[in-house]
Amino acid sequence: MIRKSILAALVAFGLGASGASAAGGGGHVEDFAFSFEGPFGTYDPAQLRRGLQVFTEVCSACHGLRQVAFRTLGDPGGPQLSEDEVKAYAAEFDIYDAELDDDRPGKPADKFPVNNGVGAPDLSMMAKARAGFHGPGGLGINQLLKGMGGAEYIASILTGYTDHEKEEAGATLYENTAFGGYLSMGPPLEDGSVDYEDGHPNDLHHLSADVSAFLMWAAEPKLVARKQTGFLVITFMILLTSLLYLTNKKLWAKEKRKA
Amino acid sequence: MSGIPHDHYEPKTGIEKWVHARLPIVGLLYDTLMIPTPKNLNWMWIWGIVLAFCLVLQIVTGIILAMHYTPHVAMAFDSVEHIMRDVNAGWALRYLHANGASLFFFAVYIHIFRGIYYGSYKAPREVTWIVGMLIYLVMMATGFLGYVLPWGQMSFWGATVITGFAGAIPGVGEMIQTWILGGPAVDNATLNRFFSLHYLLPFVLAALVVVHIWAFHTTGNNNPAGVEVRRGSKEEAKKDTLPFWPYFVIKDLFALAVVLLVFFAFVYFQPNYGGHPDNYTEANPLVTPAHIVPEWYYLPFYAILRAFTSDVWAVQLASLITGGIVDAKFFGVIAMFGSIVVMVFIPWLDTSSVRSGKYRPSFKWWFWVLVLDFLVLTWCGAQPAEGMVPVISLIGASFWFAYFLIILPLLGVLEKPLPVPATIEEDFDSHYPPKDALASAAE
Repeated sequence: MIRKSILAALVAFGLGASGASAAGGGGHVEDFAFSFEGPFGTYDPAQLRRGLQVFTEVCSACHGLRQVAFRTLGDPGGPQLSEDEVKAYAAEFDIYDAELDDDRPGKPADKFPVNNGVGAPDLSMMAKARAGFHGPGGLGINQLLKGMGGAEYIASILTGYTDHEKEEAGATLYENTAFGGYLSMGPPLEDGSVDYEDGHPNDLHHLSADVSAFLMWAAEPKLVARKQTGFLVITFMILLTSLLYLTNKKLWAKEKRKA
Repeated sequence: MSGIPHDHYEPKTGIEKWVHARLPIVGLLYDTLMIPTPKNLNWMWIWGIVLAFCLVLQIVTGIILAMHYTPHVAMAFDSVEHIMRDVNAGWALRYLHANGASLFFFAVYIHIFRGIYYGSYKAPREVTWIVGMLIYLVMMATGFLGYVLPWGQMSFWGATVITGFAGAIPGVGEMIQTWILGGPAVDNATLNRFFSLHYLLPFVLAALVVVHIWAFHTTGNNNPAGVEVRRGSKEEAKKDTLPFWPYFVIKDLFALAVVLLVFFAFVYFQPNYGGHPDNYTEANPLVTPAHIVPEWYYLPFYAILRAFTSDVWAVQLASLITGGIVDAKFFGVIAMFGSIVVMVFIPWLDTSSVRSGKYRPSFKWWFWVLVLDFLVLTWCGAQPAEGMVPVISLIGASFWFAYFLIILPLLGVLEKPLPVPATIEEDFDSHYPPKDALASAAE
C-alpha cells in the first residue's frame, strides 16, 4: 500500500514537469555536455569568460541582458573577472544616468543596458525560459534525468541553422532544426566568428556552447552557491534522519515487543 | 472535550494553579500533545505533519519574500529577479516557497487518498472531512493567487483563464469577472488584490487547520483497522492507544525528515523541475503562449474542465434543457467544481458499514482505479487538447463522477466485507505478536 502510493505519487510529481513539454516547438535539441550539469556540476569560469566575450562581440549588438549587474561578473561561481577587469568592462558601456540626465561610462554597480532596438528579446533569463528536454510522452522523466535543458536549447539554436531561407511579409526568415521552423534571427555565429585569447577552439560548436554556458550563468548566477548549500542541507538531513530513525526504533521497541 | 478517556493536566505548583484557574492554556496544550492515538497507525498517517510543516514553511518564507517583492505590473517580474540575485539567500527562499507549494499539494493528495482508502470520512468524522475539503479549496485558491505574483507569461495567462471561469456564468458572468479583476482584463488592480489575498488566505488556512485538528481530536483519529478505540475506561483505552507525545511525534518527525530529504534534493538540485519555463518570460498581454498549462497540482481538474466540449451528449442535453444558457464552457466549469464538491458528500455516498478499505475486497480495486484515474487526468491536463487526449479526459472525468455517485453507493450494498478485527489491540498484536503468544504458539 505504502510503496504503491509513493510510486504513484512520484509519477504524479513527474507529470508535473510535463507542463514544460508543452512549451517547446518540437525541434531537435542536441544534448551538449555542460560542466554545470548534474548535482556535482559547476560553472567553468574560463568557459563563462569566453561566453562573455562571444556575447559582448556578437549577441550584445541586438540583445540586452538587463537583469545582470556588471559587478556580478566578479562573483564567485561566475566568470570571476578581477575587480579591475569588471571596472574596465563596465566602462565600455554607455549607461543613462537619471541624475545627470545624460549617458556616462558604466560602473560595476550598473546593469547591462536594455537593448531592444531591433526587437530582439532580452537574454537575462533565456536559459531558464526555454526547455530543451521533454517527455517521453509528457511524463517529465527526461527533465528529471537531464535537467530542463535551457542551455542546450540555446546552443542547439545557434548550431541548428540549415541555410534555408524564406521571405515572409518583407522579412527574411531562417530555417532552424532546433526551433522546428523558421526564425527571424539569422545565423549569428559561424566558425571563427570570435577569436579567443587563450587559443581555445573557436568553431561554431564551441562558440555556441560557450555563450550558452554564459547565458545559463546569467539566468542562474547562484547555481554554484545553491548546489553547495544543497550538499550541506542533504548531509545534515541524512544525519538527522538517521538519528530520528534510531530514536523512533528505540522508542517503539518495547511496544512492538522487539526489545 | 469529550473523546477517549485519558489523564488530564493537573496543576501542581502554586504558579501553575494560579495560571490554570485564570487561563487553562497549559492544560489545553498538554491535552492536545498527550492525546491518546491509535497505536496501529501506519506510515500513511504521517502526511498531516508534513502538511503542517508546509503551512509553516510557506508562511515563513512567504512573509520574508513579501519584504522584497513589489506588486506592480511594471516591477513585479524584476523584483522577483532582484530576490533571486541580490537578496541574501533570496534564491533559497523563493525556491523553497515555489517547491513548497508542490510539496504541500503532493502531501495533501496522499492525505486525501489515505482518507478515502481507510474511510476516514465516515461517521463520526464527517466534519473533519468537510473542513479538510475546505482547507483543500483554500489551498487551491492560495496557490493560484501566488502563481500570478511573479508576473511571468503563465502567471498572466493562467490568471486570464482561471478568472474566465467566472465569466462563463450565464448573464452576469462578465460583470463578475470584471469585478474580480478590478478592470476589463488582468492588470495592475488584479495583481494588487491577488497579492493582498495571497497574504490573507494562509491565515484563514491556519484557522481552518486548527478546526480540522479540533474536530479529529474530538472524535479521535481513524486508524488502518477502522475500528474505534474502546472508551469504557482509561485502562481499556490504553490497550488501544499510545500518547501522541512521544510515540507519534518522533515517528512523524522521522517521516518528515525522509520527505524533506527528497524535497530538499528538488529545491537545491532541480528547483525548476515543477515549474514552467514560460514563467521566466515577463507577462505580455499581446503574446499568448502556445499552450496555457496550470501548475501540476491543478491538472486533473483542468482536464475535467476541458473534457466537456460541445460535442459531448451530456453537454448538448444540458444546453437543450436550459435553452442554451448552459453552454460547453459553463458546463466545464460546473463539472470542474462539481468534481471537488462531490467529494464533500462522500460520507453519505459511501454506504458500506465497514470503514477501512483493508476489509473491502471490491472497494480496494475501485480505489486504485480512482488513483489511476487521477494520474491519467493529471497527464491529460498537461497535454494539448488534441488527438486522443479529449477522449481520454472525458472517460477519466466520467469515471471520477461515476466512482463517487454510482460505484461507492452500490459497493456498500453489493460487496461482502471481510471480517474486521474486534479491537485496535488485536490489529496491532497481529503485526507485533506478544511474546507470551509466541511462546504458547511454539509449544
